[in-house]
Amino acid sequence: MFRSALRALTVFGVMAAAPALAPALAAGDHSQGTAALPHAHFHFEGIFGTFDRASAQRGFQVYKEVCSACHSMRLLSYRNLLELGLSEAEVRAIAATVTVNDGPNDEGQMFERPGRMSDRFRSPFANEAASRAANNGAAPPDLSVITKAREEGPHYLLALLTGYAEPPAGMAMGDGMNYNRYFPGNQIAMSAPLREEGQVEYADGTKATVEQMAMDVTNFLQWAAEPESEARKRMGVKWVLFLTILGGLAYATKRKIWANVPH
Amino acid sequence: MSIGLHNSAFKNPVIRWVDSRLPIFSMMQNEYGTFPTPKNFNYFWNFGALAMINLMIMIATGIFLAMHYTPHVSMAFDSVERIMRDVNYGWLFRYVHANGASMFFIVVYIHIWRGMWYGSYKAPRELLWIIGVVIFLLMMATAFMGYVLPWGQMSFWGATVITNLFSAFPIVGDHIVTLLWGGFSVDNPTLNRFFSLHFLLPFVIFGVVFLHVAALHITGSNNPLGIDVKSPADTLPFHPYYTAKDSVGMVVYFIVFACLVFFAPNYLGDPANYIPANPMVTPTHIVPEWYFLPYYAILRAVPDKLGGVVLMFGSILVWFILPWLDTSPVRSMRFRPIAKWFLLLWGISFGVLMYCGGKPPEGIYVVLSRVATLYYFAWFLVILPVLGRLERPLPLPESIAKPVLRGGGPLPAGAMAKPMEKA
Repeated sequence: MFRSALRALTVFGVMAAAPALAPALAAGDHSQGTAALPHAHFHFEGIFGTFDRASAQRGFQVYKEVCSACHSMRLLSYRNLLELGLSEAEVRAIAATVTVNDGPNDEGQMFERPGRMSDRFRSPFANEAASRAANNGAAPPDLSVITKAREEGPHYLLALLTGYAEPPAGMAMGDGMNYNRYFPGNQIAMSAPLREEGQVEYADGTKATVEQMAMDVTNFLQWAAEPESEARKRMGVKWVLFLTILGGLAYATKRKIWANVPH
Repeated sequence: MSIGLHNSAFKNPVIRWVDSRLPIFSMMQNEYGTFPTPKNFNYFWNFGALAMINLMIMIATGIFLAMHYTPHVSMAFDSVERIMRDVNYGWLFRYVHANGASMFFIVVYIHIWRGMWYGSYKAPRELLWIIGVVIFLLMMATAFMGYVLPWGQMSFWGATVITNLFSAFPIVGDHIVTLLWGGFSVDNPTLNRFFSLHFLLPFVIFGVVFLHVAALHITGSNNPLGIDVKSPADTLPFHPYYTAKDSVGMVVYFIVFACLVFFAPNYLGDPANYIPANPMVTPTHIVPEWYFLPYYAILRAVPDKLGGVVLMFGSILVWFILPWLDTSPVRSMRFRPIAKWFLLLWGISFGVLMYCGGKPPEGIYVVLSRVATLYYFAWFLVILPVLGRLERPLPLPESIAKPVLRGGGPLPAGAMAKPMEKA
């Protein structure tokens, strides 16, 4: 009987793994000429992983001072930054630095006001056409869920940000395109956003090397894409522990009930 | 007993009052309490109950998601992300619903495999099997339309590719496509009708599942030996024996489910679906969800569009006539020494098709898909009908209660005495 239980478990495992294999295999389409992704270790990885908040806060600073010139994050609100560990006063101050078009008011007029915590992150362009026109025909993607929207999201992002190089001799580059080891096809419209040490000045004294800034902004964007992940993993650990105990009880009960049945 | 009232066996006056007028308590007692069930089920027989649980989870989470979702091309993607970020435990509901679809297909594929391996489709359970195939088709339609709702890139392009398949049919094809789209391309009317149908179909499935269970309770369950129940000694009451056994499988199922939802919620999904739908940009590879990959591989294995579409639909429609394609008098593969290897190979061909469906349609993958497609159909249309006549099955046990002596020879005196005394 124990053997049949084991067998059923194996079947379950194999059936769960087999379909999982298919998309994983299908995923390997970083096309030819693209370097294999290096795999850094992130603080948020694993079932007990949590966000490195100091790093993610620095990452927000990188986003604000560098990325946000072109990339929107329209799904986030300033109030979400509270979950990143910023104080309410800080978040209010950050929100107040932007100007929001609101209205119509009682006279039917649109008006401008300073941003509030409840406002969404301000987008750098009025619409996609504007962002395309301003960026050599390539619209900078919204970054709200970017790590979920790319294969191996955070690893890809970190590699991409540090993957700029001179194009190999003989490679014909398109007009205004930049060479990147990890971008599919190696030609990316975005010029290297993180160029030199000290491009941003971290308040906590961390040395702002290109690698450090890339790591920080990756941590921030991972948090932005999956802000629920800490709560999710914590709940998952509880569920699995509870179910394991329940499974033991259920199996013992089943054994007891079936004890007198010759089969 | 007063005329017109059901003679209830229940003592509790309230239950008795209801039961005499509407014998739902008697029905539950008969169908799930004392229902005589073969005593030799293995854990493969958990999966029907698991599928039922899965359906209820999908409906429950779906109802709450529908309260927060907006079926409009300009708002659908954002409304899903709003569920993830701003709705209390919205992420939990959405991830349970999305991964629940995958779990549903895992469970149902095992359930179907169980039916094939132990010959559960054979007389007298042909109609039970056919109703099951209807449920599976409804499930596929529901899953496909559900995947369109988040309105990501794969939603949009998957919908475009799959709905376009119908245009392969001569004369009516283009009209069907226009009807599915509600216009001349996949657009807002498409999203609206898919949402409406995605809400409706699960309840249709629920109704057909009821018929599936009702038919099951007429013929009774098959069992791993594939032989008929001969006497009460072959059966056990469903409760507590199989409620207890199903509970074990249920917990294992929930553990697998929980690991997916909490630790790898996007593992089975495609990252491209987190990019908002854009009709102007085609993704490099358009792939359906993993559970549709085998049929997608069959579609692409055929160089002709209509031929591919016909074979793709045919790969499931052929299940409808399976009870009549199998000519063997024996149900369970345990007693079919040759057929079991061919069926295993069929299972492998299904796996190969699943693998190839996720790969670009070029080189070795096309060759593999074609070989696997050929075998997929050869098993049903050639091997199964012919083998049933040629194969010599192993001797069947006399009854479920006496399976130990293969061949069902006479038991040594006294072997049956002990259980008899106990009873």
